[in-house]
Amino acid sequence: MPRMTQSGAMQAAIFEEMRRDERIILMGEDVRRGVVGYTAGLADEFGNDRVRDTPISEPTFIGAGLGAAATGLVPVIDLLMSTFLYVAMDQVLNQAAKLRYMMGGACDFPLTLVGATGGGAGMAAQHSESPHPIIMNSGGVKIVIPSTPADAKGLFKSAIRDPNPVIVLYHGALGAVRGEVPDDEDLVIPLGEGRVLREGTDLTIAAIGLMAKRAVSAADRLEEEGMSVEVVDPRTLFPLGWTAIADSVRKTGLLLAVDEARRTCSAASEIAARVTQDAFDALRGPPTVMAVEDVPMPFTPPLEAEVIPSIDRIADAARELIGGAEAR
Amino acid sequence: MTTLDESQLVDLYRRMTRIRHFEERVAALKATGELPGAVHIYIGQEAVAAGVCGALSVDDYITSTHRGHGHILAKDGQIDRCMAELFGKRDGYCKGKGGSMHIADPGLGIIGANGIVGAGLPIATGAALSSVQRSSGQVAVAFFGDGASTHGTFHESLNLATVWSLPVIFVCENNGISQLTPTSEVAALGGVAQHGAAYGIPGVTVDGNDVVAVHETTRTAVERARAGEGPSLIEAVTFRIHNHSEGLETIIGDIRDHDEIDQWRARDPLTLHRRTLEKAGIEASILEELDQSVAAEVEAAIEFARNSPYPDPDDAYSDVWAGEVRSAAFWGVR
Repeated sequence: MPRMTQSGAMQAAIFEEMRRDERIILMGEDVRRGVVGYTAGLADEFGNDRVRDTPISEPTFIGAGLGAAATGLVPVIDLLMSTFLYVAMDQVLNQAAKLRYMMGGACDFPLTLVGATGGGAGMAAQHSESPHPIIMNSGGVKIVIPSTPADAKGLFKSAIRDPNPVIVLYHGALGAVRGEVPDDEDLVIPLGEGRVLREGTDLTIAAIGLMAKRAVSAADRLEEEGMSVEVVDPRTLFPLGWTAIADSVRKTGLLLAVDEARRTCSAASEIAARVTQDAFDALRGPPTVMAVEDVPMPFTPPLEAEVIPSIDRIADAARELIGGAEAR
Repeated sequence: MTTLDESQLVDLYRRMTRIRHFEERVAALKATGELPGAVHIYIGQEAVAAGVCGALSVDDYITSTHRGHGHILAKDGQIDRCMAELFGKRDGYCKGKGGSMHIADPGLGIIGANGIVGAGLPIATGAALSSVQRSSGQVAVAFFGDGASTHGTFHESLNLATVWSLPVIFVCENNGISQLTPTSEVAALGGVAQHGAAYGIPGVTVDGNDVVAVHETTRTAVERARAGEGPSLIEAVTFRIHNHSEGLETIIGDIRDHDEIDQWRARDPLTLHRRTLEKAGIEASILEELDQSVAAEVEAAIEFARNSPYPDPDDAYSDVWAGEVRSAAFWGVR
């Protein structure tokens, strides 16, 4: 199985999909110039009609994506940074999320939006935060965040093939991480299906994107201390990859939900609420949320490291939860 | 002098009278409390929708606005399904999930009315992009008001459509008012058509109460679009006879200028067009028959809407997603 980076895996996905389905077009700012790695080379193979550089007009190129999706195309739109979604919130939340429903199902909108999410690169708050909670509350836009190159490929392909609006957020800090990626052209991961990244019996850590990778590192460290931690990545946040989380918590009886979004209304707080309501009988301790405290992402590296959950903090919280349950 | 033949002239009248009869009955039904929600009546602006849609093919696209009944009916949307939607009934165009401001019929190229000012322009631009990619020859029309000309999507869409040379026609219905505020108070330019120059595309002002003038102006823009020469901007100057929404005066009082309303009533687009038809030698009896048949169709539509059931409670959870039945199932709701 070939090893590739997340960016390489996404590039493989979009090349394969555009070869498979000529209705697919890709547009966004500088996509032909390859400012984000995964679009490099697309224009050479597919031409300037199917690969279009847009003006810096987020509301309009997302709205145009909806109009094109409604009329026979399958648009993929690159946003560069996921925070640029905020510029186009009407088209995302009022239009993409609602139009099919408001039309009584008369029309489908197969639209994929792609953007970089998360911090850690010293880009400050407007270029490095995690907008997924807002989309989770949209009611009508699916959202996925991969934590491995293989998932990046499979989720991106599934998003493109899905007949609904889907947002794919990839974490910049995972861009250069290599992993095994099947070269199967039909590698698709059902949206809404989570997976166990690492098995364990004492505690479940539910985490997404970069936090999932850090959770695995924390779990490896705790293994040396004799603790068995399971890490579950829901992969899709809406519809939430819930079953994998629920099955794991029913086995371990403890939940630590880790999120790079701000704490209030984060994905982690939603997961903790669901676990509390649906798996209460299995719990041996309080479902616990670890997220960014309610501040904008700071610029300077030491402060960024302060607010984003680290391997150390995840390990400390996990240790405390397991210890607390044993003491009860 | 118009180049339209008799049947085309009558067809424009047919499109206008569908709107007029529908809207008069809708306003009355709203006044009696039979219709839920807000309705925005199109009376006074009929020549714009009819003139534009009369110049389009069945499969050409339109996006519409919160004041959208006229566009849907001029594009030959079904009167009964429109009416049922306004009633919030299951046989409505959107199964009662959209209402007055959101009627869509993709089969007729109606990609939807929209409750957000300025939101339809990018969507129409995208439909035009799709048309180019598929080499289908379809054009797209974005209807919008003068109020939307101060919105970013107006400027962004004109720019994008121009740089990509898309077959889209931006039709501004300038009724002079942004909800309650005169647009002249809040827009930098005195009109909308001038903005065409900023993007290097034709920007034409036309009498929006003269259906033939609107039609011919649109036809020129359609020819340009189909020839691959890019977008056009049309500003149709008109007036809405009714309030922004029905019953608004009961909340804010009667703040309208009744002299102005009377002046525009004297230029009623249907009356003006009847004069044109008379000059063209078309017998009044043809128009009267048409009026009677449309009026009967509207009455039948009201009965259809009244008799249509409300959606089932369970219907609240369908139609969000293609390929999935119930959105609530996402969360394991039982």
